[in-house]
Amino acid sequence: MTISLPAAPLPQNINPWVATAMIAAVVLTSTTGEVLTAAAMKSIGDLDVIRSRSGLKGAVRAVLTCPLFSAGVFFLALAFFSLLFALNHLNLSFVGPASASLTLVTNAIAGKIFLKENVDRRRWAAALLVCVGVYLLAH
Amino acid sequence: MSHHSLTPRQYLILALVAVSAPLGDSCLKRGMAALPPITLAHPGALIAAVFTPWIAFGIALLIGFFASYLTALSWADLTFVLPATAFGYVIIALLSRFWLSETVSLERWAGIVLITLGVGFVARGPSLTQQPAADPEETREPEVETR
Repeated sequence: MTISLPAAPLPQNINPWVATAMIAAVVLTSTTGEVLTAAAMKSIGDLDVIRSRSGLKGAVRAVLTCPLFSAGVFFLALAFFSLLFALNHLNLSFVGPASASLTLVTNAIAGKIFLKENVDRRRWAAALLVCVGVYLLAH
Repeated sequence: MSHHSLTPRQYLILALVAVSAPLGDSCLKRGMAALPPITLAHPGALIAAVFTPWIAFGIALLIGFFASYLTALSWADLTFVLPATAFGYVIIALLSRFWLSETVSLERWAGIVLITLGVGFVARGPSLTQQPAADPEETREPEVETR
């Protein structure tokens, strides 16, 4: 199987360091947002149980009144706008797969450090396989 | 870490996360492609676009995605949910191959195989890290009832 790289992944007038910084901004803000959101949901508890006890309104209120959730959404919004900014300067075929696949790996690292999740060999293998797979599929 | 198995309902929510995001994106793409180019000089066209059927359906799917994603994060680890729901990419690629009869290149088939392997790896493991200090199933949600 031969896997060919794109002929010109970057527009000619873009410095590779600037492109790297743009991708890094998307990946870092997205990872921060995902980790904060995950921490918020863990602190709130099982939403299915909350909904069965307090109804849909109770579940929505529990989520919206959690400060960690607001912080997470703020960073996810930042990630969205940094993605739009990157798309304004770089090709979608480069930005999309690169940011989607890198975020899987940075989330595994951040999940282990900040959320104290048990990222064992099985989860590392899954993150890396899906990372390469998403890159190949989205490319 | 004990094995934290999922209920059929929780598998259904993971499937919703996996499918609704790529389907929602596809609906937005289809809706936007059907519209004439929108410029900043006419921002009202962007508001009007929200009410066209494909884009409205895409937005509804993405709201559904976010709700089911948050629900999944409330009972499973982030490092379990993200790889597990990446299977949605595979579903969309297979749909485009067998439903829309698009050609899927060798690179993409390789991607499908790798994602499927990765999802298989993570799905065979526990979905939630049990913290030694507190059992997550027993210590949450009572404060919500008082609000």
